[in-house]
Amino acid sequence: MSTVDTAPSSEAPAAARPRPKAAGGGFGRYLLIRFLLIFPTIFILVTVVFFLARTTGDPITAAQGGRLGPEALAELRAAAGYDRPLIVQYLEYLAQLATGDFGQTLTTNRPVIEVLTTYGPATFELVFYSLIVAFAVGVPLGLYAAYHRDKAQDAIARVLAIIWYAVPIFFAGLLLKLIFAVWLKWLPVAGRASVSAELQMQTLPDPTGFYTIDAIRTGNPEVLVDVLAHAVLPAIALGLLTAGIFLRLVRTNVIGTLATDYVDAARSRGVAESRLLRKHAYRPALIPIITVMGLQIALLLAGAVLTETTFEWKGLGFILAEFLESRDFAAVQGIVVLLAVIVALTNFVVDVIAAFIDPRVRY
Amino acid sequence: MAVAVSSRPGHRWRDRIPVVHQVRQSVGLQRGMLVAGLLMLLVFVLCAIFAPLLAPYGFAQRADASGGFGTQQPPSAAHPFGTTVGGYDVLSRVIWGTQTAILVIIVAVVLAIFIGVALGLYSGYFGGWLDRILVVVFDAIYAFPSLLLAIVLSIVISGGQSNLWGGVLAAAGSITVVFIPQYFRVIRAETVRIKAEAYVESAKVLGAPNRRIVFRHVFRNATRTLPLIITLNSSEAILTLAALGFLGFGIEPTAAAEWGYDLNKAQSDVTSGIWWTALFPGLAIVFTVLAITLVGESLNDLADPRLRGRRRVAQAAGEVAETSVVPGGTLDAGPGGLAGLEDGETFDEHGIEVKR
Repeated sequence: MSTVDTAPSSEAPAAARPRPKAAGGGFGRYLLIRFLLIFPTIFILVTVVFFLARTTGDPITAAQGGRLGPEALAELRAAAGYDRPLIVQYLEYLAQLATGDFGQTLTTNRPVIEVLTTYGPATFELVFYSLIVAFAVGVPLGLYAAYHRDKAQDAIARVLAIIWYAVPIFFAGLLLKLIFAVWLKWLPVAGRASVSAELQMQTLPDPTGFYTIDAIRTGNPEVLVDVLAHAVLPAIALGLLTAGIFLRLVRTNVIGTLATDYVDAARSRGVAESRLLRKHAYRPALIPIITVMGLQIALLLAGAVLTETTFEWKGLGFILAEFLESRDFAAVQGIVVLLAVIVALTNFVVDVIAAFIDPRVRY
Repeated sequence: MAVAVSSRPGHRWRDRIPVVHQVRQSVGLQRGMLVAGLLMLLVFVLCAIFAPLLAPYGFAQRADASGGFGTQQPPSAAHPFGTTVGGYDVLSRVIWGTQTAILVIIVAVVLAIFIGVALGLYSGYFGGWLDRILVVVFDAIYAFPSLLLAIVLSIVISGGQSNLWGGVLAAAGSITVVFIPQYFRVIRAETVRIKAEAYVESAKVLGAPNRRIVFRHVFRNATRTLPLIITLNSSEAILTLAALGFLGFGIEPTAAAEWGYDLNKAQSDVTSGIWWTALFPGLAIVFTVLAITLVGESLNDLADPRLRGRRRVAQAAGEVAETSVVPGGTLDAGPGGLAGLEDGETFDEHGIEVKR
């Protein structure tokens, strides 16, 4: 079950797989190795996406889809260089990526990187808010369920987590919209801000694209309230899914730590139950959660695509869906590769944080 | 359950049937969840099989003898769930949708198991350069948002247009590629572990050919954890299919009923307060995923002695094998980090610990 050398309970399975232990090496060495590992990951993803996207055809044929005659099509393809051998195109694409050029969109004819700077902040904001929701809901409920293990409270929390997982984000989004925006009219239906608020933010000398920051900069509390009100439903839709995962993680890990000898020892010394839970059981249980966070980013980004489409939240996912709709596969490929880079970088950061907190990682 | 070591003399054959055994082993809430999940699953399967009898209309039907259905009609006696913006009967499309869902699950899971298990066995048993390449490639794919990969793949497979089989294959194929790494990792890890077992060594000493060792000894023991992954993947297959449909890569309404597509079309209805076109297909997705997840979760917990109901642990102890699929991971599984990258374990997006 375990590959961590310090784990006392590991028996046969771990013993059967001895791990070569790196001699010495500190945090800096770990950081360097882990950083270098980003590149093969990105390289593989780029390769996979490129060859997958090209196995059936080129973006131009796909985009035009029979609307043009064969000659006109061939002309367009030759102009874009899609008639050359695939391997040449691949090498050229790699060289292009190495200089930070993610290609051009076909429909709007803009560099893909510009799409990132325009729509990236919106996605970042959405993911940030939903993480707050996920932490605020998932962690306390997980602790609560673990402490009341096998009792009614635990059952309710677990069933809740399963239901959150079972509800697709876009369905949750549509329901939230229907109830709170259409029927109750408490919150706005869609978008990141109302038109008037957006206009005020555009008058700023150098808008950041992060609406929360821009709203604060306008100095108008109404704009800030408007921006935050728009974020509530999308953040809940995306956050609850993650909250369910956090709940399960916290529960399982805290159950594990509550059963350890040091918790028993602390209890017999008379440490209060609430302190046991908060300090002795919860803290060590956090480490695997932070590790898992790295993989959550992938899920959050996929979820963001769906949430943004549901709420017309103009971020990377929303624009990706638009490019899909208009069959602009050059743009889709560019954005997907861009997201691959983001995922690889986030995983790196999360791993470094995990190593920083828990010295056992950087053996 | 191939390695189930019977410690009790009264061990009956029916205890060995996978799910029956788990139902008997479970207690209290866990049994409730498992039984509820199984019943819901039964309803889902029956719906799919008897869809032609249950559904009042065809999935692509817009009119009957008394004329057109009309668009966006609220629920009525003739149309208990109302009609959609395209003029289809919502109830019929919800029922027919079970067929599409089940087709996609079967195709996706069968394909993924077949390829993933074969590669995992090969990689784990023979090792070598192919093993290293596969591990690195699958790890990279594994860390990537599966939905995005599915989108790219569905463009490739269907080219955008979709009839029933084109759509089903596109969805199933794109889901398959996302799942292969999961099977690969689990099977490879098990294979590597089993390879070091004494019985494999003795088979080698006796001169058994590799083929026999792989299929007789390794395969049978390495596939123990598969039922867990299959259930979890099936629910994910439904969610991915629906997500693809929602993003506009669904199956055309005239080819088959697909809940994600219906939700996509219902988006604008919601804004104008029309609830029935979104609610029912959505609930169908929730119901199906819930059924599969309840079964999967219970099986998962039952496979882990620490999470199993406490009372019968001792009794069933003989059946416990070290499972590498643990919900949410455990503390002593340790942090991932480099360990996760090199030869440790990592967690997938649902917190399933996957050891390789």
